[in-house]
Formats: sequence, C-alpha cells, structure tokens
Amino acid sequence: MINKIVNSVADALADVKNGATILVGGFGGAGMPNDLIDGLIEQGARDLTVVNNNAGNGDTGLAALLKAGRVRKIICSFPRQADSHVFDGLYRAGKLELELVPQGNLAERMRAAGAGVGAFFCPTAYGTDLAKGKETREINGKHYVLEYPIHGDVALIKAEIGDRWGNLTYRKAARNFGPVIAAAAKCSVAQVYSTVELGGLDPESIVTPGIYIQRVVKVARAQAMKEAA
Amino acid sequence: MSADVLKNAETKPANPAKSYKPRSRDAIAARVALDIDEGAYVNLGIGLPTLVANHLPAGKEIFLHSENGILGMGPAPAKGEEDWDLINAGKQPVTLLTGGSYFHHADSFSMMRGGHLDICVLGAFQVSETGDLANWHTGAPDAIPAVGGAMDLAVGAKKVFVMMEHMTKTGESKLVKDCSYPLTGVGVVSRVYTDLATIDITPQGLKAVDIVEGLSLDELAKLTGLPIKAA
Repeated sequence: MINKIVNSVADALADVKNGATILVGGFGGAGMPNDLIDGLIEQGARDLTVVNNNAGNGDTGLAALLKAGRVRKIICSFPRQADSHVFDGLYRAGKLELELVPQGNLAERMRAAGAGVGAFFCPTAYGTDLAKGKETREINGKHYVLEYPIHGDVALIKAEIGDRWGNLTYRKAARNFGPVIAAAAKCSVAQVYSTVELGGLDPESIVTPGIYIQRVVKVARAQAMKEAA
Repeated sequence: MSADVLKNAETKPANPAKSYKPRSRDAIAARVALDIDEGAYVNLGIGLPTLVANHLPAGKEIFLHSENGILGMGPAPAKGEEDWDLINAGKQPVTLLTGGSYFHHADSFSMMRGGHLDICVLGAFQVSETGDLANWHTGAPDAIPAVGGAMDLAVGAKKVFVMMEHMTKTGESKLVKDCSYPLTGVGVVSRVYTDLATIDITPQGLKAVDIVEGLSLDELAKLTGLPIKAA
C-alpha cells in the first residue's frame, strides 16, 4: 500500500541537504507553507537557494528562514515590499545573493523544469536590463529571450486537502505557484489542513495529481487567517 | 466627446498661468474606464490603475484578471470578511464574482503572454514617444530592484494603457523621447492617460485624443517637449 502521508513536518523534511534548491509556494502570505518553512528552520539545512515570488514578509515564514542565516541565494520577482525588512538588511549587507526574474518567467522556468523542456524563447524582458547577456532570437518578426528551467531539489507547498496518493486541492488564490513547483522538484512536500481517504477528492477537481507529490503532512490551521500580507 | 474637448481647448485663450485644471486621479481612472468594453479581459496593475475598478460601469460585464491566479475578481470585501487566501496583486483582500475562477501562476502568465488579455493598465515613471515603458526600477544604485509581473504584462496584453501624472514633481514631462529609467518593455504602450490629456502612441507619433479644458494642443506639446498631433 502506498501512503505518502507522513506523521510530522520533521519526518517530511528529514533528508533536506545543505546547498539544496528549495522551491517555495506562495504569493505574499497566500499559499505560503509556513509550517514547512518553520520545519526547515528546525531541521537545520543551510547554504540554501530559495525560489519564491517574494523574499519574505514580516518576521515569520520565509523571512524567519532568511533571518536564521540559512539562505545563500534567493531567486524571486518582487523582493522589495513594505515589510521585507529582513531581506533588505541581508541584501544591503551583501549576505544574500539575489537573482531577479520577471514573475511570469519565474513560473514558466519552473513549469519548463517540471515538463522536461530544456529551454524556451520568451518575449518577456526583451530589450531590458533583465535580459542582458542572454541569447535572443527573432521569430516571425518578434523578439525573444532564451530562458532556462529552474529545477528544485525540494518543493514546499501549501495545499488544502490531500490523500495518501498525494492528490491535492488548494484553496482560492493560495493555489498560485503550488501546482507549478510540485512538478519541478525531485521531492515535493505538501502541507494540508485535512486528509481524506482515496476517493474523497472528486477526480474532476484534483488540481495536483499525486505523481508530482512525494510527501503529504497534515498541519493545524493557524488561528489568524492573516498569516502575512 | 474627445473631439469636442479638443476643440474647446483650442478655442480658449492660451494662458500658461493655469487656465486649465489637471484631472484628478479619479477623473483619469474614469477616463480609462470609458475605453474598456463589455466582455474585455483586463488586468489592472498595482497602484494608480487599481482606481479604474471603481469606475467600471455596473451594467457591463468586464472580466478582471489578477496575476496571482484569479479571473472575475470582485471588489474588496466588507470589513471583517477578509479572506487572506483571496488577495490581489497588491496583496490586498478581494472577492470573487459569481462565475469567477482560480488557476495556477503558469496559467495566469500564459494568459498574458499568450495574448489572451485584451487590456492591461499600468503605472509608469516614463513612457517614450515610441511606446517604450519604464515602470519597474529607478536605477538608483542603492535601490533594491523588484519587477513582479510588469514585464510579462507589458509584452503580453493586446493593449497596454498607461496611467500617470503628465509631469514629475520637478516639472519634467514623463512622456519623453527616450526613457532615462531602465526599461520594462520596448514599444509596448498603446495609449497614455495623464492628468492633462489622453494620448495615443502611433507609428506617426503622439496623437492627442483629448485634452483637459483650457489647455491647447500647442501648450500640451510644449509642456511635453515633443510634437503632438490632434487625433
């Protein structure tokens, strides 16, 4: 019998290695897998490359991981925010490398990784500083920039409901990067608020099929709905 | 309407000492909303463009897209009804209209890049007369850059509308020959809405669609520092 549901966050993250690339779901606070990030801080892996849309909000979640000094490099589209003081401080002190990627390229580069695409030509950022030094090509009169996939060692996903085969549903706009990063990492871990028996999820409504998921762990819903904004 | 405004503007005596009153931010937003037809799929950028949502006519069905994976985005919820799993690109709580949908980020940006969005409305630091857009980075050495979805929207939407003040606080035109700020996209802007005028960017140069009352086309061109024709 296959059972991808593990007993604890610690079990789910036990084998994360130093130097790993961690794909983290979430857009601002929505879909941010805070329980898994707290678990990763506890687990202790360091020298990490983190991929997320943002670079942490407030002092919890991703910001706490940065603050703990575990992250060497962050790949994201929108680091600077009103409450990104942890990132700002580390970046200005030269303690954190930043690769700034347009948001759609960030998503598509991870989609490409999950889909086995070696590289792709994308019109975004053509003629801008973010395309400097990159190969370009004119195709049917339009200009494109060559972009490479972003593969993860581990993906940390916040989903809503999971089953023992790793099938997942999400909640509202918390879905954002979840289904994309699920396919792009060697080991994709989903935190869920409830687990159901096989068949408990309508097959027509499963958003991430279990083939992309290695581990599922049930966590308690935070008291405050506002986990960050 | 636009031709009349233009005509009125031209017949009024030129008076550089403010014979005209700039449009308010809400008036600019209302003007943008006039150009959005029923059935359009529209993305409103963060900042000034979000005001456009308040001016969309209630009787028309217009689909608002949010880059984080929402189509059919509705207004802000009542106080106490906020759901932090349902936020917009500016990370403020929103609602979903009946018939709306959620999707993941790669799909959301495919909607942009794939040419499925009819209109996006963006703010800007500068727009060039050939439609180059600069709105993501001041280029200041100590600034932390952040780009978000601006570059994807700029190349993807069928029409890119820009909403901005016409002049900087120090009195320089934000419509320029060449952008001095780092570019977001090359030749992407279709139309610019400012507190002074609505201006089309065409292969034949800038064309004023309408101008605030009391400001002539010549005065507008002088303030802008670029040739502008009547549309």
